[in-house]
Amino acid sequence: MAKAIRSDSISIPTPGELFAALEKPGKPNWAGQYRGPVSATYSNRAQIALNLGGLIADGFIAVEAQDSQQVKNIGTDIVKLAKALGVSQNVLSRGNSINEFAEDSEWDALQEELEATQNEVKSSMQTHRDQDLIILVSVGGWIRGTQVVSASVMQNYNERAAKVLRQPALVAYIHSKMNDISPEVHDEPLVKEVSNQLVGIEKLVSFPPAKAPSVDDVRKVNEAVGKIMDEIQSKEVK
Amino acid sequence: MRLRLSSNPLLAGSPINKGRPPFVTRNPEGAGRSSLFVRSAARRARSGSILLLLVVATVSVTILKAAETDQEVEARKAALDLAGAFSNDGFKMRDGHWCGTIKPHEHALIAVNLYAGNQYWFTAGAIAPAMKLAVNVYDETGRQVSTEVYNAGEKAAAGFSPTSSGQYYVSVGLAEGAESSVCFVYSYK
Repeated sequence: MAKAIRSDSISIPTPGELFAALEKPGKPNWAGQYRGPVSATYSNRAQIALNLGGLIADGFIAVEAQDSQQVKNIGTDIVKLAKALGVSQNVLSRGNSINEFAEDSEWDALQEELEATQNEVKSSMQTHRDQDLIILVSVGGWIRGTQVVSASVMQNYNERAAKVLRQPALVAYIHSKMNDISPEVHDEPLVKEVSNQLVGIEKLVSFPPAKAPSVDDVRKVNEAVGKIMDEIQSKEVK
Repeated sequence: MRLRLSSNPLLAGSPINKGRPPFVTRNPEGAGRSSLFVRSAARRARSGSILLLLVVATVSVTILKAAETDQEVEARKAALDLAGAFSNDGFKMRDGHWCGTIKPHEHALIAVNLYAGNQYWFTAGAIAPAMKLAVNVYDETGRQVSTEVYNAGEKAAAGFSPTSSGQYYVSVGLAEGAESSVCFVYSYK
């Protein structure tokens, strides 16, 4: 099992998958999980990659909320950050598609387009030899998704919804991928901090398989990912 | 990263039931990325950017071919054809996939992280000389879980609804036929 095939595109679920599971016990107040606009002026590439992942998760939230304008706003922000990373024209075309699908309220298509955008960003990073940034996009998306889900579960606790937060192997995989990135990127203060904090988060999401986390367990997860998200969003790294 | 397992007792002896197709294909062109791409292309054409799209598509295809063999592309198409049918039942297809080569009675084992409450279909496609694929799912302890099975020769799928979130393993095996390219995708709702 330890040698099973693992890849970003198969082994890391999209925020859409996480949100789909959260919706099963009852539709959450998705619009209540919106946050303010993300800065488009970061200069640190690792920080941009982390925020890009978070923004894509925000796009999934807006799709769940079926909020066309919010989807379009986020699509615009995604393109701005993507441009800052110098990604390919493909990603910018995806931004146009997001706008068009949002205009027509094609929610299923938007989910696919958001994931495709994320993969396009990663593919472009690969082409531009920015491999180290690829996992950071996934990390940003997972952290933002977990922040939203834990907040939603706290607001309207039920055991079934809380169970989606159990993902120790996923966090361990993400952490191992972060350990593989080059020392010059890994040693950047923000990246180092995110990597270090994932160790604690892995423990926080390691509930026994049959047991749902308590409200207090969920709160601890929310605080931990919220702390990282604040760092990702607001801290300008030199 | 491809793993070939042979004679693994954990993965051995997994019977494949010839279950009835759990769906009716209403989308002959397939679904997911392909049809979405077509829809997207139509919109772009209307906005006058089809030329740009064609350039982009050409570049994409070039990159794809560099990364995958023609056989793997065909195997992926087979997998997408079957997975597309699940889309008609509300399943969303992941954009990611895994392609590789498997030999008779060997398995590729793929780690996935699933959420309790969601329903999943894990789909594999291959091309001749593969004749029969087997898709099985195991939990994080290595215990095989019960799945809904669909098998149609070189296409096969397993449906599963986890009651516990966490890591699972999907094995894709070649039950009959000779060494072949195989591709794996999954869908959720």
